[in-house]
Amino acid sequence: MMNKLIFGRYIPGDSVIHHMDPRAKLLLSFYFIGIIFIANNWLTYLLLFAFTFLAITLSGVKWSFFINGVKPLIWLILFTVVLQILFSASGGHVYWHWGIITISQLGLINGAYIFCRFVLIIFMSTLLTLTTPPLELSDAIEYILMPLKAVHFPVYEVALMLSIALRFVPTLMDETEKIMNAQRARGVDFGEGNIFQQMRAVVPLLIPLFVSSFNRAEDLATAMEARGYQGGEGRSKFRILKWHARDSWATVSFAVLTAALIFLRA
Amino acid sequence: MAITFKQVDFTYQPGTPFETKALTDINLTIPDGSYTALIGHTGSGKSTLLQHLNALLKPTSGTVTIGERVITPETSNKDLKKLRQHVGIVFQFPESQLFEETVAKDIAFGPQNFGVSEADALKTAAEMLDLVGLDQSLLDRSPFDLSGGQMRRVAIAGVLAMQPRVLVLDEPTAGLDPQGRLDMMEMFAKLRRERDLTVVLVTHQMDDVANYADHVIVMDQGRVVKTGAPREIFKDPQWLVAHQLGLPKTTAFAQQLIDRGWQFDRMPLTEDELAADLIAQLPATAFGGAPTDDE
Repeated sequence: MMNKLIFGRYIPGDSVIHHMDPRAKLLLSFYFIGIIFIANNWLTYLLLFAFTFLAITLSGVKWSFFINGVKPLIWLILFTVVLQILFSASGGHVYWHWGIITISQLGLINGAYIFCRFVLIIFMSTLLTLTTPPLELSDAIEYILMPLKAVHFPVYEVALMLSIALRFVPTLMDETEKIMNAQRARGVDFGEGNIFQQMRAVVPLLIPLFVSSFNRAEDLATAMEARGYQGGEGRSKFRILKWHARDSWATVSFAVLTAALIFLRA
Repeated sequence: MAITFKQVDFTYQPGTPFETKALTDINLTIPDGSYTALIGHTGSGKSTLLQHLNALLKPTSGTVTIGERVITPETSNKDLKKLRQHVGIVFQFPESQLFEETVAKDIAFGPQNFGVSEADALKTAAEMLDLVGLDQSLLDRSPFDLSGGQMRRVAIAGVLAMQPRVLVLDEPTAGLDPQGRLDMMEMFAKLRRERDLTVVLVTHQMDDVANYADHVIVMDQGRVVKTGAPREIFKDPQWLVAHQLGLPKTTAFAQQLIDRGWQFDRMPLTEDELAADLIAQLPATAFGGAPTDDE
């Protein structure tokens, strides 16, 4: 099931978006999620969608990836939309002149807006993760957190933990799969029986996973020390982030988009 | 219990952008009671094939027949348990599957899943410890206190405790010292004799293939490229190199002798065979003859 999730994966490619600076991509994606809330009529949403489609086309990633990215979350989206339709205009109250049905015109429009927001946010963040390798993302986060050093926030340590965690996600997934198979071969039924049986079946999976994580952490720490790691301070960098003209252009386009949104806002 | 593959294809994550084909048109039989070696370059699909042997994976198309049971793409996941009891798989680095408080409980875990009572399972656990060559005093120890080699033996004992009729081994000696490796291979050979097991061994050690196996399946890029007796497989060094495989040490040495004009009636596989063939070919004077001048 985990394998079907596209959201959060990276697909190597060779496009303008792929080559953008990860800092720009990360910040602009967050910025985009922010300005979605400026939109409050059909024209503004149309503009946002057009902008997103343009970005996706530029990335050269297949459309099906984005549709597949929305699919696992569709129930969550529909649940929220339905709640919005049923309760928004009435504010939780049942208006007597609407009868038992609490659906109002305003509620329907709000529901549609919410749906658009979800889809836009998922598309944009899927675009971010599909076109940015995890390690670049963690570099970008390290850079963005840098100002926090002034308040003694351990930026290097957090960045290191982040990049190690990201690096070991696939390894741990493989390990999980392997141990699951090994226990299945010994007669464990995962995901069958009542809730207590299912919980008990997880024990032979969780304990070996924790144990192997401890062992791995110990080995990794030893290997890092042996290679002269003494802490984040005073290290040079192998991957150096470069801000290109395309990143400036991307920023400008977002500024134009914001201006247009504010102009078109009702 | 014989295992037969008919036109088996397997694809990981079918229908997604990450779809990868791992097995293509696999047709093979693992005869009952055989010692089958499965060899091939890394990434040739050996481990994928291995997971079909007890229906951890089901074919995307084609059928796998395990004993009486036929596994098709439509087979439901229910009641595969019985099958898994009969086909025990020892995965790579099996020591990572240990989790119980004591060695005894961990070995008894498998049988208990298949409905054996706790008392009986613990009794079996004690017997299994002897079988894999560990001391009875370890029964009440925590598996995490043991050495790497001991942990692996406990894990193997846990699989053997289910009394499987087919034993599948995925590189069981990887990362062991030479003595541990030899002990373990001898242990499997002994088990096979005593319990009449069918053994499937996945390995990169050609020496083990030559010494123990009687049936070899060679895989390359998700396809079976050759099956036969070890002697047949190792007859053609160029072909093996082309499929990124090597020769057993003995055969490689014999090959060097052949290049220098020696002749063998059969390709020697084990050291004993090579020694016997060489002795037969040496001139009689070499043994107990008159001392030669250059001594």
